[in-house]
Amino acid sequence: MTTVVPRTPEPHADGVDPAAAPIPDGLPVDLAPEIVEQLGRELDEIYDATIASLGADDERYIRRVIRAQRLLALGARVSMEAGALLRTGAKGSRRRTVGTTLLAAGTAGLGLAKVLENMEIGHNVMHGQWDWMRDPEINSTTWEWDNVCPSDQWKHGHNVVHHTWTNVMGRDRDIGYEIMRTSSEQSWNPVYLAQPAYSALLALLFEWGVGVHEVDFQKVAGTAEQRATQVELLKGFRQKAGRQIAKDYVLWPALAGPGAPAVLVANVGANLIRNVWSYAIIFCGHFPDGVHLFPPDVVENETRARWYVRQMLGSANIAGGPTFHLLSGNLSFQIEHHLFPDMPSNRYQEVAPRVEALCARYGLPYNQQRFSRQIGTTMRKIWRYALPGGQDTTTDGPAVRRAR
Amino acid sequence: MPDGRLSAVRRRIQSVVDLYATPLRAAHYLELLNPLWSSRTLTARVEQVWDETADSRTITLRPGRGWRRHRAGQHIRVGVAIDGRRFTRTYSISSSPERRDGCITITVKILDDGRMSRHLVRHLRVGSHLPISLPQGDFVAPESVPTRPLFVTGGSGVTPVMSILRTWALIGNVPDAVHIHFAPHEHDVIFGTELSALAETHRRYQHHRVLTRAGNASPGEHHLTEALLDERCPDWRSREVWACGPQSLLDSMEALGAEAGVRVRLERFRAGVAELDEDATGGAVTFLVPDADVVAVDADATTPLLRVAEDNGLNPDHGCRMGICHTCDVPLVAGQVRDLRTGQITDEAGTLVQICVSSAAGDCEIQL
Repeated sequence: MTTVVPRTPEPHADGVDPAAAPIPDGLPVDLAPEIVEQLGRELDEIYDATIASLGADDERYIRRVIRAQRLLALGARVSMEAGALLRTGAKGSRRRTVGTTLLAAGTAGLGLAKVLENMEIGHNVMHGQWDWMRDPEINSTTWEWDNVCPSDQWKHGHNVVHHTWTNVMGRDRDIGYEIMRTSSEQSWNPVYLAQPAYSALLALLFEWGVGVHEVDFQKVAGTAEQRATQVELLKGFRQKAGRQIAKDYVLWPALAGPGAPAVLVANVGANLIRNVWSYAIIFCGHFPDGVHLFPPDVVENETRARWYVRQMLGSANIAGGPTFHLLSGNLSFQIEHHLFPDMPSNRYQEVAPRVEALCARYGLPYNQQRFSRQIGTTMRKIWRYALPGGQDTTTDGPAVRRAR
Repeated sequence: MPDGRLSAVRRRIQSVVDLYATPLRAAHYLELLNPLWSSRTLTARVEQVWDETADSRTITLRPGRGWRRHRAGQHIRVGVAIDGRRFTRTYSISSSPERRDGCITITVKILDDGRMSRHLVRHLRVGSHLPISLPQGDFVAPESVPTRPLFVTGGSGVTPVMSILRTWALIGNVPDAVHIHFAPHEHDVIFGTELSALAETHRRYQHHRVLTRAGNASPGEHHLTEALLDERCPDWRSREVWACGPQSLLDSMEALGAEAGVRVRLERFRAGVAELDEDATGGAVTFLVPDADVVAVDADATTPLLRVAEDNGLNPDHGCRMGICHTCDVPLVAGQVRDLRTGQITDEAGTLVQICVSSAAGDCEIQL
């Protein structure tokens, strides 16, 4: 797929001189340009030191996670099939109880396996976090994930559009996923009245939302050329989704013979677990109270350092333990992930305290809160901003100007 | 049922089975149990390691599913992860294809600056699994035993010849063969004992050893020359010559053969390794474009290769142009590039290069 997007400045190649270039007012920080550049160099150092220290331990980590995920998926499938067959026994029989237990365990296990595959493995591998190993399989150019969204489309919509233009209005298609108003800065539209409903629907059908996210439905109705590119995208999506449906809702159920309906339900359950969980984690990344949106002119003459500041103001972390971080694909370190999208995810935890300290020194906010607070304020925004108006919830800080 | 239709049916069944594992394949799950059962990637298990000399080791490998028996003299590519990064090198198979236990051996000697050879000789563990390729190469013994071969080998260049000699010994048909082997000292001779024993048992096999550093030999005194050939193998001009070893040895043999009008078969592994140049200031860039002409241009040390390609009418996939999205990643085929963010130089063929933040650091070849 050949993709052409508007050029951003090539900060290192062109060596934009921050002092000479006029700096638009879009970045709401009161820091002198040279201070911002100094902050950028400090972040570069964190990145360089971490990348230079990658080695056998990191390789062992990702191989272990992949192996565990595959064993879990396989075990869950077997448990599901066996459970469905045993459940065909007489009502109230012991055999039936064992069957139900196995079926439930299989559903939970497969849901967990899909969460791990999509978040800690697929998302991160497709970011190129593991390309340094030169393994032809654990590689951003070859990985295909267990999701109805084709990897090539995801990599464009996510890695290119979202990560480059993070929270820039009119550029980042992940702001409210173009269907929701998640900030007082977005102008209101009557369509948003229904957003509590379709946000809930999106939670249940999250992988399908991700699957068609790359398709621009306005362009489907546009010129013939525009339509052709969208039809290509839809074709790729249909092919990928077809295989996923065949696997989860036809082939595995069919294998259970009389237990087919039970296996079908179990697969729906596993996909629901993955959908709701990834929805919750991903919505916590850029929607909770505190995050900033930016006007389009913020990217004019944007140096890498200013890009870093935009990433930090536009992202939110979730505090939690090691298991929580693993199950969130380390997207609980959303700030670190947005600063260093191709740094292996197992390293975010170790660089997080350094990033937090740096924020404190430069007077920038570091939005890290427990899960209930991040998801709570996200939900509140979805309900509140369905109506016109609403308060500005962006963070204040010694160096941050509050948006009006 | 004819073979063709049978394999078509098998493929159909395989593709349905694979649908159960989509987006992976069934083999991904099978190889969790045993990597050798994989039908996707060829893997070998390290069965045994044996030190031949102080700095060389024979590694016995059991290739998994999908292996095809080699022909004596062929080589394989072997991959190994060092500090988490995959390296791949080519090694001749030193065992005979007549070996009956399904195993093969490679014999590796530590090169002066050889990261991979050092790892294989010093750190490789029995029981580990390595990705390998199918056997390749045409430095092979013809189906009919050649009448009068002359083998010229140096150091670990003896390995493909060893496979050929072992095969002839196993089938009991050793031709009139002369073998001149170069090594620094007697204790550096790989397969020394076995070669001597072969010469003892098989009268028609003549083995000569040239020790280039033994005693008070002056540098270059015992290198390959016409005089040396005339002395050890007076009828060499009427023989078929097979040579494998260090670059200088192969160059000498090639020149002598050309002069005398003798056919020389060569096996080279290290085709002119580029010197790593830390201060390189750009270089000649070759873009290999699928289904199109190669584009060769000169590039400086600071312009990203993506920009170089675009300025020359190419349109590689790209996205952020700042090194974060990995849309522009393409493999390095040869040469070296510099990461403009870190200044780090990469020279390992096969590495994915982010061309939006990498420049030429000397000559390089990029697959678009």
